[in-house]
Amino acid sequence: MKQSIFTIETNRPLTDNVYLMKLCGDVSEITAPGQFINIKLDGLYLRRPISVCDCDKDSVTIIYKVVGKGTEQMSNMASGELDILTGLGNGYDLSKSGDRPLLVGGGVGVPPLYMLAKELIAQGKKVSVVLGFNTKDEVFYKEEFEKLGAEVYVTTVDGSMGIKGFVTDAIGEIDYSYVYTCGPEPMLKALYRSIKTSGQFSFEERMGCGFGACMGCSCKTVTGYKRICKDGPVLEKEEILWEL
Amino acid sequence: MGTLSVNLCGIEIDNPIIPASGTFGYGYEFAELYDINMLGTFSFKGTTKDPRFGNPTSRIAECTAGMINAVGLQNPGVEKVISEELPKMSKVFHKKVMANVSGFAVEDYAYTCQKLDACPEVGWLEVNVSCPNVHGGGMSFGTDPSAAAEVTKAVKAVTTKPVIVKLSPNVTDIVAIAKACEEAGADGISLINTMLGMRIDLKTRKPIIANKMGGFSGPAIFPVAVRMVYQVAHAVNIPVIGMGGVSSAEDVIEMMLAGATAVEVGAANLVEPYACRNIINDLPKAMEKYGINNLRDIIKGVK
Repeated sequence: MKQSIFTIETNRPLTDNVYLMKLCGDVSEITAPGQFINIKLDGLYLRRPISVCDCDKDSVTIIYKVVGKGTEQMSNMASGELDILTGLGNGYDLSKSGDRPLLVGGGVGVPPLYMLAKELIAQGKKVSVVLGFNTKDEVFYKEEFEKLGAEVYVTTVDGSMGIKGFVTDAIGEIDYSYVYTCGPEPMLKALYRSIKTSGQFSFEERMGCGFGACMGCSCKTVTGYKRICKDGPVLEKEEILWEL
Repeated sequence: MGTLSVNLCGIEIDNPIIPASGTFGYGYEFAELYDINMLGTFSFKGTTKDPRFGNPTSRIAECTAGMINAVGLQNPGVEKVISEELPKMSKVFHKKVMANVSGFAVEDYAYTCQKLDACPEVGWLEVNVSCPNVHGGGMSFGTDPSAAAEVTKAVKAVTTKPVIVKLSPNVTDIVAIAKACEEAGADGISLINTMLGMRIDLKTRKPIIANKMGGFSGPAIFPVAVRMVYQVAHAVNIPVIGMGGVSSAEDVIEMMLAGATAVEVGAANLVEPYACRNIINDLPKAMEKYGINNLRDIIKGVK
């Protein structure tokens, strides 16, 4: 974990309420796709945890949806500096991917899969990506995944783009060796029941600190109590215990 | 440079800054960031007799200048704290630590305190009779003078180290409870624990916290804490640890003027992980600004 000041380089809308922000600063602690950063905002007490979408030697890209005061404030920042904690969360373990990893993202669960796809493709893996949205207007990053060389499937609940239905309606025709996913819990649950292989699931929870100190985001797993922020957000399929 | 050390219930500490229980774990996460041996001491995560998962999530809600938590005393239980956490902790923290203890029955408190009292790493026992997040225990002992006294007596009977009783602000007469603890043999009082609070999500119309209510902390409660520390410190003859929304060196000085011998820092650690380091580094300058040579001289110095 590291605390440092980042400069906003880009902040632009991708859809009606989803924004991309590129931040320049010390990214040395960002070591794996699936990690997150925790952003301090003026006038708001708790930091805002946002997953890492991409990272190069001196910048980090995040994609966030405006859902409350914090993300609203972020969406209005054209420039400026932000106090950010980096290097949070375990991230995805690439070593288990096999040759044909399948990446499944729903809504703002899509962003962390971008850096994952990039790294898996760099390792020579044949990557399939399923991106699930409610409707065509919400779709983002389809072309970016295609440019990486991934085989991309889009699903929309209303059928306005790609396959009509949920992400689980797309995976039947795909040949895959392992699954990486991030998205809303109902999607994760449905996927958990549908997939034929093992996989890694990234979870979300309201957090206090984001670095393991407050126990605000604990969950029960097969291997004991885990903190989503520190021991997660990525859990192995085999250790997940769904709350009823 | 002025003198920062204070004497907390017979033990000299280098400075009065103590991360509060539940905001600092066992120190590991913070030891990655700075040398936590610069702290006066710290109060580790509240320990109970048996392991506890705590409350369901969501456990956290944001507020103006603060937050609500309803963690519910998640901890591995006293046996594992002693066999696993303390040996790990002693690798990163070499001073005496404060053991924070909670319970659901008087016997639980005595059992857990007796076990921790025997640990060489432990310098003080902080007995939490004020957790707002558990049913049938915790705060219920801290809202009644005779129950608080009963816990204090039971713990004192089986321990040798200083016993500091941590009080709840969710009471009508904090002084009566503090005095009852003092009469029962407490070596110190710490206050305030969190204030019972609640937030409601406008979209779902449900409480944000799964447990509905939780403990409100952060800068918003600082004035309440200063008032209660002032009242208690002027009514008892044992040291008082002040806490509640402390975020700066100036807050520490204010809390000590009100009557605190040492100061715990809680929620600030969660949003600013360097909070305690920064406060300790800022104290000499703040002392100089307000003409303080020795921090001990200002305890209860309010005119």
